[in-house]
Amino acid sequence: MTKILALLLLILLAPAALAVEPSERLADPVLEARARALSEQLRCLVCQNETIDESDAPLAHDLRVLLRQRIAAGDSDSQAVKFITDRYGDFVLLKPPVEPATYVLWFGPIAVLALAAGGALLYLHRRQVAAPAPPLSAAERRQLERLMKEGEG
Amino acid sequence: MRRLLFILPAALFVAVAVYFHLALNPDRDPQLLPSALIDKPAPAFQLAGLDGAPGLALDAFKGQVVLINFFASWCVPCRDEHPVLMGLEKQIGVPLYGIAYKDKPADTEHFLKELGDPYRAIGVDQSGRTAIDFGVYGVPETYVIDKEGRIRKRFVGPLSESDIARELLPLVRQLQHS
Repeated sequence: MTKILALLLLILLAPAALAVEPSERLADPVLEARARALSEQLRCLVCQNETIDESDAPLAHDLRVLLRQRIAAGDSDSQAVKFITDRYGDFVLLKPPVEPATYVLWFGPIAVLALAAGGALLYLHRRQVAAPAPPLSAAERRQLERLMKEGEG
Repeated sequence: MRRLLFILPAALFVAVAVYFHLALNPDRDPQLLPSALIDKPAPAFQLAGLDGAPGLALDAFKGQVVLINFFASWCVPCRDEHPVLMGLEKQIGVPLYGIAYKDKPADTEHFLKELGDPYRAIGVDQSGRTAIDFGVYGVPETYVIDKEGRIRKRFVGPLSESDIARELLPLVRQLQHS
């Protein structure tokens, strides 16, 4: 039992497997860190919900190596990413750029929230300013008393 | 103004319904990506050929409409596509070139010997770099290159007869006459 528990614990605590292979890494830790950060922002095109940093797909491997080559050759981060997006388009960016085509994506939720908040405020405001009910007339008061008595009896 | 406010939910519903109707169309594969290189010059390449055969270079295509098909012997959908490619040149009257993607030349040769060779010439892209320059993310992919050497269309996945009739043939006719 304890063995099984220990095994389970090991599995749970194991860090998420990383696809970056030792042979791919750059010798310079600073450049490698930059490459890692960039590759975590790039989508793998084969398994489209993974980053190229996580993916075991051969294309992801090729792109990781290519990214590192560009960085080792002196590209800035944005130049290296542009090298990839020139070929594969903005789709590879897991964080899409803010541009007219993506305004709905970026600002749509805020707009919907604002709309809903506006509607709710309007509704609450209207309810508050609704005129107070006029006092009961003599006839209504009599009816009320009768009803109350019926309820008691 | 008040009346407009009452129409608003209905209008919103229609907008959402139209969106879902388009987005959930069974003919649309959400994983298919548009090429980033449409109407841009095809990336230059210079690839060796298979054993003894001449290689492939982009410069050689100047002035004509050509098709470039990325394939591999290990790629199962390429096998599905192969019979369509065999008759393609005759069918649409445009030369078809092949680029063997990440494949051992011996395996490519075996593949073509077994199924037939539909290509004018073949370039060997063992590193996959040329494919990356084209933005290939899975074989087979087929590119239409116009007379000026620009990529005009990309087909991802096996070319089907309906792709050819509906999209490829009209495009090629138009490019040939421009």
